[in-house]
Amino acid sequence: MNKTTYQKAWLFVIPVVVLVSFNALIPLMTVVNYSVQETFGNNVFFWEGVKWFEQVLNSERFHAAFLRQLAFTGTILLIEIPLGIAVALAMPRQGPWVSVCLVLMALPLLIPWNVVGAMWNIFALPDIGLLGRGINSLGIDYNFTRQPVAAWLTTILMDVWHWTSLVVLLAYAGLCSIPDAYYQAAKIDGASAWAVFWRIQLPKMKRVLTIAILLRFMDSFMIYTEPFVLTGGGPGNTTTFLSIDLVKIALGQFDLGPAAAMSLIYFFVVLLLCWIFYTLMMRDEEQ
Amino acid sequence: MAKITLENIKHSYLPEPGGLNDYALKQIDAEWSDGSAYALLGPSGCGKTTLLNIISGLLKPSEGRILFDDIDVTETPTIDRHIAQVFQFPVVYDTMTVFDNLAFPLRNRAVSEDRVRIRVNEVAKMLDLEDSLNRRASGLTADGKQKISLGRGLVREDVNVIMFDEPLTVIDPHLKWLLRSKLKELHRQLGRTMIYVTHDQTEALTFADHVVVIHEGTVVQVGTPVELFERPAHTFVGHFIGSPGMNILPCKIDNGKSRFAGNLVQTASSKLPDNYTGKLEIGVRPEFVYFDEGGFPVEIIKVDDLGRYQIVVTQHDDNTIKMIVPEDIQIPSESPRIAFTPKHTRIYADDWVVDQE
Repeated sequence: MNKTTYQKAWLFVIPVVVLVSFNALIPLMTVVNYSVQETFGNNVFFWEGVKWFEQVLNSERFHAAFLRQLAFTGTILLIEIPLGIAVALAMPRQGPWVSVCLVLMALPLLIPWNVVGAMWNIFALPDIGLLGRGINSLGIDYNFTRQPVAAWLTTILMDVWHWTSLVVLLAYAGLCSIPDAYYQAAKIDGASAWAVFWRIQLPKMKRVLTIAILLRFMDSFMIYTEPFVLTGGGPGNTTTFLSIDLVKIALGQFDLGPAAAMSLIYFFVVLLLCWIFYTLMMRDEEQ
Repeated sequence: MAKITLENIKHSYLPEPGGLNDYALKQIDAEWSDGSAYALLGPSGCGKTTLLNIISGLLKPSEGRILFDDIDVTETPTIDRHIAQVFQFPVVYDTMTVFDNLAFPLRNRAVSEDRVRIRVNEVAKMLDLEDSLNRRASGLTADGKQKISLGRGLVREDVNVIMFDEPLTVIDPHLKWLLRSKLKELHRQLGRTMIYVTHDQTEALTFADHVVVIHEGTVVQVGTPVELFERPAHTFVGHFIGSPGMNILPCKIDNGKSRFAGNLVQTASSKLPDNYTGKLEIGVRPEFVYFDEGGFPVEIIKVDDLGRYQIVVTQHDDNTIKMIVPEDIQIPSESPRIAFTPKHTRIYADDWVVDQE
């Protein structure tokens, strides 16, 4: 085969190169640049090597934020996934109530993050909020602005309220795609309701649940706006998750080097956890 | 195993059915004997699957009763009816092995694990699934999965009837006849009552001892394949079974004689209704139309040579008459005339045959 060489063809690749450069490569490389240098402003940089990485990885503050992050993500996954499946199972499969349920479920997803934070902030305020006052009037001392446990519970409740719907909708889509014949066959085989769930519904929902867990994992691991508006990371540092801490370091203290190093570590952790998780979930499929 | 009796079964999917047209099943009365193979044959949407689901108890009929061995089971839930059903799309439990799939109905009924092992191995042997018992069911091909669905029905010893709902739809053509002969063989071997729903006449005619033809929610004929072919009780049967279907031609009766477009036609229908005001038609299969100097003239429109025989499409007075002519018979080139074999020519009054022998 005779190949003709036509160098001008490279021109056609330029738009993509420019686009990818500006939205991914250049910002990322800027962060890499910051992560290995020290600057005191005026665009003057001093080479520091891996010093910031060592500093971040050894800092107790980072460890604490990381653990808080893991605890938060783990907790909301443990609540939202089973709850989402349960709600999806309880939703009607046909009839006029289907659309009502779907709209109700979609509503929280349409509200912007900062609005959700603001809503819950006011809702949970112990003196004027409906929830806050309600709890206090039951004789329980509740104040999320100064009690760490209350702050955690409120943050988790807010996230569950905001994002369980996503799991519900995905699980519901998975449930709807199961042909009736499976349920009929299960009836004929004498399967119990539990066996139907365990042997038919859950396996058939596996793919959508994988997506749901991945999405909820990534989003909650990078959560910023909602807790920032609700608690501002407080009281103290008790709800300072990784993103909030990162912004404090980068924009509060203006420590660009450590912040950049932390960003990269953060990025690789998310990437690594997603990969491990996805590989585990998909391992069975390949057999 | 059981005799199945359907009494006056009607079913509508609407909560408050109005006219007859709201019914998916208009009126079904049937008695199916123990150990026979039945096929429910009819076009899509005629109510076959509805009837099947009523027998299995997945659906409760709007009216009527179902009896297994003269015991009313209309209100009995599916699990207590002891039936097995194979669906159009193979149903397997993905996360289980083939063995566990086959064992599932038994384990749900708390059968001892020793007994489960014996039964599963027996059934696997019958269905040639022995080699894949330890494999995951999800990895099998469509026909393998369909065998598992069937196996879950066969594994139970108390099954009254095994029902098939178009089970070969998703099977590759070359595997279809293999699986079909397997079913036939199993029927002979086990002697269980089997009901096979299909819209494919070849499947129905090869599988069943008795074919039940359903048309618009009504049973139009129950008979052996030969009866359906030779004595269709309804124009639908004539038209639906056979390829090409029966010729259905307008008919007039005068002085007790039947005429088609003015030509006298001898039929097997002896008693002719006098002053009948409804629709009258003559039905004759293309196999029983032949060239005859003494017949009536036709115009030949088209000849399809299919090797062993030829399908000749002719026309007389705007009526199309199809005929099947053996390969060794010369098609007359000039002024062809045709006639019908009287023994296989019948009159249909409002689609129903007049005076079946």
